[in-house]
Amino acid sequence: MVEKSVDVLVIGAGAAGLGAAIGAAREGVNEVVIVERDERSGGILNQCIHNGFGLHYFREELSGPEYAERVKKIVHQYPNINVKVEQYVHQIDYRRKEVVVASTEGITVYKPKSLVVATGARERPMGGILVPGTRPAGVFTAGVAQRFVNLENRLPGKRAIIVGSGDIGLIMARRLTLEGVEVVAVVERMPYPGGLERNIRQCLKDFNIPLYLSHTVVGIYGKERLEEVVIAQLDENYKPIPGTEKKFKVDTLVLSVGLIPQSTLFKDFLKIDPWTKGIVTSSSGRSSLNWIFAAGNCTVIYDLVDWVTEEGSVAGKFAAMYVKSNWEPAKFFIEKGQNVGILFPAWYEEGTNLNLYLRVKKPIPEGTIRVKQRNNLIYSKKHLNMLPSEMLSIKIPESKIGSGDITVEVLE
Amino acid sequence: MRTEEMVCIMCPLGCHLTVREENGEITVTGNRCPRGVEYGRQELTEPLRILTSSVLVEHGELPLVSVKTNKPIPRKLIMQVMEILKNTRIEAPVRVGDVIINNILNTGADIIATRNVERIDVA
Amino acid sequence: MRVAVVGAGVVGALIARELSRFHVDVMIFEKNTDVGMGVTKANSAIVHAGYDDEPGTVRSKFCVPGNALYTELAKDLQFDLKRIGSLVLAFRDEEVRILEELYKRGEINNVPGLEIWDRDKILSYEPNINPEVIAGLWAPTAGITEPWMVAMAAIENAVDNGAHLYLETEVYDIETIEGRVKKIITNKGEFEVDIVINAAGMYADEIAKMASADYVPLHPRKGEYILLDKQEFNGFVKSILFPTPSVLGKGTLVTPTVDGGILVGPTAVDMPPEREFREDTSTTFEGFEALMSKALKMTPLIDFRASIKTFAGLRPESPQKDFLVGRTNIFGFFNAMAMRSPGLTAAPAIAKFMVEEIQEAMGETLSPKSDFKPARERIKKYADLPPSIWDEEIKKDPLAGKMICFCNKVTEREILEAIRRGARTIDGVKFRTRAMFGSCQGGFCTHRIMKILARELGVDIADIKLRSDKSFVLMGQVRK
Repeated sequence: MVEKSVDVLVIGAGAAGLGAAIGAAREGVNEVVIVERDERSGGILNQCIHNGFGLHYFREELSGPEYAERVKKIVHQYPNINVKVEQYVHQIDYRRKEVVVASTEGITVYKPKSLVVATGARERPMGGILVPGTRPAGVFTAGVAQRFVNLENRLPGKRAIIVGSGDIGLIMARRLTLEGVEVVAVVERMPYPGGLERNIRQCLKDFNIPLYLSHTVVGIYGKERLEEVVIAQLDENYKPIPGTEKKFKVDTLVLSVGLIPQSTLFKDFLKIDPWTKGIVTSSSGRSSLNWIFAAGNCTVIYDLVDWVTEEGSVAGKFAAMYVKSNWEPAKFFIEKGQNVGILFPAWYEEGTNLNLYLRVKKPIPEGTIRVKQRNNLIYSKKHLNMLPSEMLSIKIPESKIGSGDITVEVLE
Repeated sequence: MRTEEMVCIMCPLGCHLTVREENGEITVTGNRCPRGVEYGRQELTEPLRILTSSVLVEHGELPLVSVKTNKPIPRKLIMQVMEILKNTRIEAPVRVGDVIINNILNTGADIIATRNVERIDVA
Repeated sequence: MRVAVVGAGVVGALIARELSRFHVDVMIFEKNTDVGMGVTKANSAIVHAGYDDEPGTVRSKFCVPGNALYTELAKDLQFDLKRIGSLVLAFRDEEVRILEELYKRGEINNVPGLEIWDRDKILSYEPNINPEVIAGLWAPTAGITEPWMVAMAAIENAVDNGAHLYLETEVYDIETIEGRVKKIITNKGEFEVDIVINAAGMYADEIAKMASADYVPLHPRKGEYILLDKQEFNGFVKSILFPTPSVLGKGTLVTPTVDGGILVGPTAVDMPPEREFREDTSTTFEGFEALMSKALKMTPLIDFRASIKTFAGLRPESPQKDFLVGRTNIFGFFNAMAMRSPGLTAAPAIAKFMVEEIQEAMGETLSPKSDFKPARERIKKYADLPPSIWDEEIKKDPLAGKMICFCNKVTEREILEAIRRGARTIDGVKFRTRAMFGSCQGGFCTHRIMKILARELGVDIADIKLRSDKSFVLMGQVRK
């Protein structure tokens, strides 16, 4: 068993973890180690071969793997970043600041001065949505289907129905269609689509794939392999309306019904949002413990990977600052005001810029986002066509922020 | 006479456009900037798309390399391009940006690799 | 003496193991691709204390002794057994009277340690129980286990002691001559036998009819379940919670599982006896609603947003609502059928009884093997070792450090061991290692597990099935 002291340890080499390592290395620490459990770094980007990444971070539209390569190139410029793959974080002793990691080389106990958690999210499984029926082969979460098609060179089936109109579901609708799989429909339980308009057009309309809004799957049947999926329309209370059932003879069901932050390893000692399951952090990325930071999908589910890398970089920077100078400024609450559904981060730490990410509670065609601190309005901007499915990013520079609790609201 | 409703993707505002074609003339309404007119016109007459897909790799650490067109190409050519990609093979190693197929179907766009694939020589 | 055990569920497996202690030829016939995948696979996994069974029933003969036998069995076969105790909860006065009846019944059945607890004691022991509870019957010998693992471990041990296992082998007919068992006819050939043990679960009545043996008509009784994520609900309750039983049965439980999750179920719906219903393990809306409302009554803080799996199982129910065990009108044909609740609990006692019954009915004493090996080693779980020991194991065997199932911490070595012990399908690996049982339900590790199976079995990844012959997961290549 090896013990290893390190300045900054990053868990996860996806978009957030790589960003965090860059942020920490730039700030100037002796060593940053990233431990990644997969066989390669890059996280989910490796299998997202579609476009739409990097418009903000690199000012170029890139596919997932290209984005990952660019970020990795930056990482390689820093000799003090050590990326280790096939490393599994087994246990964390938060009192002794020890992280136990297993790999084919043995057990390593890291003793980091600060830790950045970038464990990402997992997909909500079939069993999480209580659908009646049987449990045949042929049911995939979108990520698994995507992995097989894009990295393992295998098709999941011949005739598919997709549940969930978030971007992941829409992208898979297109991918499968282009590869010869018949996609019979995309089913969405909300009255509005979950993904970007552009994806509705380029993934569904381009291929004449019908979108059933306000519908959900109410039965899946098949003895050994999937044979039939039944959907029904939902009323205002999201209850299926009897008599509206539609049956589809398909052999494949692709489920894109939500992402859940991976925070369980930390739930006994970090503050976790009881609703979203995300690790609660401040504007610096710091968690409820002063030496642990977190960034990326493990804190809140982001819409754009560019934001993830940026927030990773912020967390890495301040994790390094903590190592160098025990940086720990005053902290204030950030509260949800009117019409705000999801709001991130939860706290503001003095001396940092405030990058707010929010989702409105309901569709708002025309509204103003206002950020107040005590009685001062520190940000106000009109926004059109706000939907809960589209995350909004608001950047308030440090110079505009004083001290005191902050409220964010959206007025209609 | 043709009319199509669409959401412009040129910037995050996402204007709801109505694009009308009558007697060979195209009018775009609902836009808040000239780029919307350009987008609406193109989308009605000759929609263009970036295609992302994969190509078989021989002797690589992965069986497929992800690829894309480096410029948007006419949507109507997509299925033809897919047929070509399905029958294309390349040898590892592959580097991001490598041109797999030059000027596909004379569109002026190349098919380029979007990831690295290292070579493994199977004993 | 050649013995055919029909059915490798927990009952057949334990009987086969008992028989493998003796100098007899034991052949186990299982129609599925793996053992323990029928009735055994989907039930509450409870080792019952034994107060439920009315004295005089066959069940009452075997439940308490079976329960007691589990301790040694779990040690020998190295499967998980946790005697966490059970509480039958009463929320009304009439229910308290039923508790007192159960208590008396338990005394007659020799159930050890029964106590009636008052509200305060219950709530201090289990704070998440509905505070409207009035009283409860505490049974310390009740426990939870992993039913398919009991079957798998018993089969491994039986085979280790000379028994032969025939998977994907279905019995089509049984030939008798002058009221005596002669041979069984399967899809894989004919076998001359002297004894047939009918442990065929949901199909035991059909098997008996083939031999013109005594039987009871069976129909499936479906039970639906919801499993909650251990990452959210571990420790929500620490004992098995029952409602007061009714004529319909023991009711919907809220119980921990040996894996650390919380299981809610079962419902109890009688289905028609026809064959198509004997494979119907579909869940229903009505079932989910019933489970949720019953569980909320017992533990109002339960939250079904944390559900990670729903499933249903079938119990082979007879009109008598009791087991049919023992010799029949056909010489050499023995039944262990209608093994509804508490079948899992009773199984070890029935296995021991069956050996006696065979000797008596056949008029022969079986001669025990001097070299019988009672112990079977479990697949070592490396992540449960202290880190320094795990480190040593990895130095000897690097694959003990290669994590495949991240949520449940299953290494590649464990998966290889599962394959070595007979796993041929994804479920085969899952049920032997608990890979894919965790929060992501295989979201991260499905492709890895399939690749390992394909490599070890020397087939293409598209040939790897989920569980049965036609349950293929992948269809064709993207690029050829």
